[in-house]
Amino acid sequence: MFAQTFDYTAPKTLDEAVKLIGGGAKALAGGMSLIPMMKLRLAAPEHLVDLGRIKDLNYIREEGGALHLGATATHYDVESSALVRSKCPLLAETAAAIGDVQVRNMGTLGGSVAHADPSADYPAALQALEAKIVLRGANGDRTVSAADFFVDAFTTSLGEGEIVREVIVPIDSSGASYQKAPQPASGFAMVGIAARVKKAGGKVTEARIGVTGLTNSSFRATAAEKALEGTGGSPADIQKAAALVAQGADANSDIHASADYRKHLAGVYAGRALSAAIGRAS
Amino acid sequence: MKINLTINKKRYSHDVEPRLLLVHYLRETVGLTGTHTGCETSLCGACTVELDGKAVKSCTMFAVQADGANVTTIEGIASDGKLHRVQEAFWNEHGLQCGFCTPGMIMASKQIIDRNGTPSEAEIRHGLEGNLCRCTGYQHIVNAVKAAAAAGR
Repeated sequence: MFAQTFDYTAPKTLDEAVKLIGGGAKALAGGMSLIPMMKLRLAAPEHLVDLGRIKDLNYIREEGGALHLGATATHYDVESSALVRSKCPLLAETAAAIGDVQVRNMGTLGGSVAHADPSADYPAALQALEAKIVLRGANGDRTVSAADFFVDAFTTSLGEGEIVREVIVPIDSSGASYQKAPQPASGFAMVGIAARVKKAGGKVTEARIGVTGLTNSSFRATAAEKALEGTGGSPADIQKAAALVAQGADANSDIHASADYRKHLAGVYAGRALSAAIGRAS
Repeated sequence: MKINLTINKKRYSHDVEPRLLLVHYLRETVGLTGTHTGCETSLCGACTVELDGKAVKSCTMFAVQADGANVTTIEGIASDGKLHRVQEAFWNEHGLQCGFCTPGMIMASKQIIDRNGTPSEAEIRHGLEGNLCRCTGYQHIVNAVKAAAAAGR
């Protein structure tokens, strides 16, 4: 399988890349989604700009009480980073659940986010973490929340000529967990739920639930979050909240799972994610 | 486009089309046919090679992306006529039948024990999720990885 012919540039600086992308070129990061699409001729960019040689995009660091992850940090970088594992274990847990070893060695955080596959794993975690996504365009940086970034299937609020530069996630003391029902062959999430919970005085003071795979775009299940906040987080409280996760969702349906089954899975996996998160909340 | 890379400790330099996949470059341009082309959709893992120490699927990567890199294929892991301990273990434990998936299985297995000298059975199975075998039912492959890890201790 061969892709349509294209021109290839591998710039060393972000400015150079942004200039080329502003001129209509397509960004290539790990290529774990783009290259299969090009081989199947679902995508036929005329010019690829490989971000893989830009050192300024490949980092994971702590800064101002948050973790900053450069766009080309691979899933393996994220899952194996001591910093991410200790300061934001939810993100490391989510990265470890993506695809397989070879995919995680190449695939990148920025690439996955920009591609916005409705069954991708990261969006659930980024929604639950209320992450910020920094975009770089010709006029400099612009920061958007994960909630505003993911718009629809394969559609984000990235503007013409913009690329994802970094992802910022908070460091806090919440307990969290990512649980997914993987499609058996591809590993993509038929439904994936990221839960993040804070507890104080025996009560859940804050709950955040990110959902992926269920609908065209990831989202936060705010009704379920509200139902859990203020409760003691008992199994019955969790069940009540989990039952609200898929309420009113325009669920996707395909050969792997019908809409009704996906909604059922969302409740089951929300229950698992919330139980684990509450167990980990101090 | 001109690319320069090291494959199995040997330097290569070729002019390639940007759309040439790494697996086709290795097999057809360089002549290293040990790396197999299986599903070509990044599911089966038969094309797994090491790129700067990381196991990657060479069917889902353009050769130009490997410019300047250090690539190791199945042909490059034995040394001085002595099999790599993962190869030895696949032989001893009957970790293959038809052998089609084996080059990729061995490269993925090598990644597992390079990163973790004492992998549990669950960790081995997790590490092999990107490789498919239609013959063995995986049990002998898992045994081979265990044996290879033990041989390295």
